[in-house]
Amino acid sequence: MAIQAASEARAVAAVARSTVVRLQRVARTYRSGAVDVAALKGISLEIPSDRFSVVIGASGSGKTTLLNIIGAIDSPSAGTVEVCGQDLAQMGDDSISDFRARNIGFIFQTFSLVPVLSAYENVEYPLLLVGMPAAERRTRTLSMLEAVGLSAHAHRRPNELSGGQRQRVAIARALVKGPQLVLADEPTANLDSATGASIIELMRRVQEQSRTTFIFATHDAQLMSHADEVFAIRDGQLIEHRSGK
Amino acid sequence: MKMLLKVAFRNMLRNRRRSMMTGSAVAAGALAMLLFGGFVSYIFAGLETNNVQRIGHLTVFRNGYFLVGAGNPAAYGIEHYPDVIRLIRDDPKVGPMIRVITPTQSLLGIAGNFSGDVEATKTFLGVGLIPSDRDRMRQWDEFRIGQVYPPDPRLSDGDSARGLVGVGIARILGLCKPLTLSDCPATQLAASSAGSGAAAAPQHQDLTDLALRDADPAVSKSAGLPRIDLLAATAGGAPNVVSMVVGGAEAQGAKELDDNFIAMPLPLAQQLVYGRSEHRVTGIVLQLNRSEDLKAARARLTALFQQNQLDLDVRDFGELAPFYVQVVAMFSSIFLFIALVMAVIVLFAVINTMTMNVMERTNEIGTVRAMGVRRGGIRRQFIVEGWLIGAIGATVGAVLAIAIATLINHAGLTWIPPANATAVPLRLDVVGRPLLVAGAWIGLVAVATIAALLPANRAARLPVVDALRHV
Repeated sequence: MAIQAASEARAVAAVARSTVVRLQRVARTYRSGAVDVAALKGISLEIPSDRFSVVIGASGSGKTTLLNIIGAIDSPSAGTVEVCGQDLAQMGDDSISDFRARNIGFIFQTFSLVPVLSAYENVEYPLLLVGMPAAERRTRTLSMLEAVGLSAHAHRRPNELSGGQRQRVAIARALVKGPQLVLADEPTANLDSATGASIIELMRRVQEQSRTTFIFATHDAQLMSHADEVFAIRDGQLIEHRSGK
Repeated sequence: MKMLLKVAFRNMLRNRRRSMMTGSAVAAGALAMLLFGGFVSYIFAGLETNNVQRIGHLTVFRNGYFLVGAGNPAAYGIEHYPDVIRLIRDDPKVGPMIRVITPTQSLLGIAGNFSGDVEATKTFLGVGLIPSDRDRMRQWDEFRIGQVYPPDPRLSDGDSARGLVGVGIARILGLCKPLTLSDCPATQLAASSAGSGAAAAPQHQDLTDLALRDADPAVSKSAGLPRIDLLAATAGGAPNVVSMVVGGAEAQGAKELDDNFIAMPLPLAQQLVYGRSEHRVTGIVLQLNRSEDLKAARARLTALFQQNQLDLDVRDFGELAPFYVQVVAMFSSIFLFIALVMAVIVLFAVINTMTMNVMERTNEIGTVRAMGVRRGGIRRQFIVEGWLIGAIGATVGAVLAIAIATLINHAGLTWIPPANATAVPLRLDVVGRPLLVAGAWIGLVAVATIAALLPANRAARLPVVDALRHV
């Protein structure tokens, strides 16, 4: 009996280890003027590690809100959120910031690079936040810039780079610290289709190399075809979950 | 910290025009504070030098003299004053602080000029001093403002009958022609000229004879100079009179003083006040090497007099010349007012600039917060930016102030400071006042930093999601 219980516990722990994101009945309501707007209505989902997952839905369906909550930059009105084994509700603001610094990388639709920093400095920035020694920081930054094909543009500022190059810098910045989870909100929306395709290809490649869990919010059909997991949401509710692999 | 400074500096350059305007406000504040502060410092140094050269840092009186003794100085003479001077000079604590220690005798009386056709009298406020000590005191220039005087040949230790008068009293006593004074009434000049060499009026001959009777017969160096008679009550209450050769007239800073002032060698003053009885003095003046020793010297003197049961009191030059204290208070208030105005201007300029920076960089704030920068990190970033604008502005202002002050100091301008009778070089003492420069710099940078705190807090409190959504 005891052996069986221990075995079950090990099995549960193994499942917990392989699940990067676990949401249970997560709701998010915004106050808009005098009206409460429900962006998420009790979503429950689990996202396993090392997967290329996509959240799809029309504009206003709640994709970005879902990603924000998973990324610990927004908090739910109800429900529990567990990311990388941490219950986010139990953490204070500084702890959550440190948690993001260590575990989560973000890629934004508008690239959101720090305009006064060069490509190299933008990629190096997350490593400063985790207090990495200078020599290791340099090695990692250069290696990541090389991985995204921007070694030659390392000292250019964002305004000296094309849209595709900026998004490559953003990808390098998100991945340089080796996070468990990378969240990308419409990463190809501001790019032409050819550049978008190359960015998707790049992300897919680095995901496979780094074994990092990627979660995208998109309505880009190209991205969906690369996905291991697809979560479709409509009006704040999960309407479909397809596992590709 | 390196990244904070790097980002702050580059953001400052990114909004070059705005940063320059704000930095200019800080620089203008520093410039105004330092130039006015340099001017005020120079006024303070000039006034202090003037007072210390005239009346020393400290004066020892008999108890009660300071409050009521001026009406009857003779009654408040310090007995055995050479012993008191020796006691002070030999004290191992206060002795080394002293540059000059000299006795002085204040007196009141009536001065008369009865030479030739002139018959003029005037009450006077006199001071008896040791001329060589006076010359040394007038060499004191701790603050190096260049306001030193060469030895004055009109007063001499070797000629105890020769004194100096104020220009005002010289005119009143009809000494215009012999002393070749300007701005004299034509009638006086004519009368004086016509009566020159004539016998004194008979009714005043007794007084003149009496005065000359006690004059030192060895004193013959004053030939050709006018004489006046000085009448005063002795310590015993009897009238006494002496004759004084007027070595010259010297303008005093205040009209009242100029119309009453007579300075004479101490022996002459003592002869007038004490006659043949024991000679005393009303005060012992101490000029210190450094003004910063004033408090310590005063405390030591007070203790010394208590230990030796001497009925003596010590006063500093601020108490003896309240005008100095009033001028210092007035200019300090003006300086404070200017500093406050500048601080308010800098405060609002930096708040405005930093608020605009926060608004423009809201999305960037959201991005770095999402990357894991804590609220405190955002706050620090904007505070450092406020600090940097303040530091660069204040540094530029300080450099400009030093340059302008140097130019003015070498332009050869002069002015007449309060309570001075003669013009002195106009100087702005900025370079010689590191505390003023450091104080203004630190003050303005602190204001700029504090001003950045409000927008920085606002930036730190922004919800990450709202910041990311900001366009």
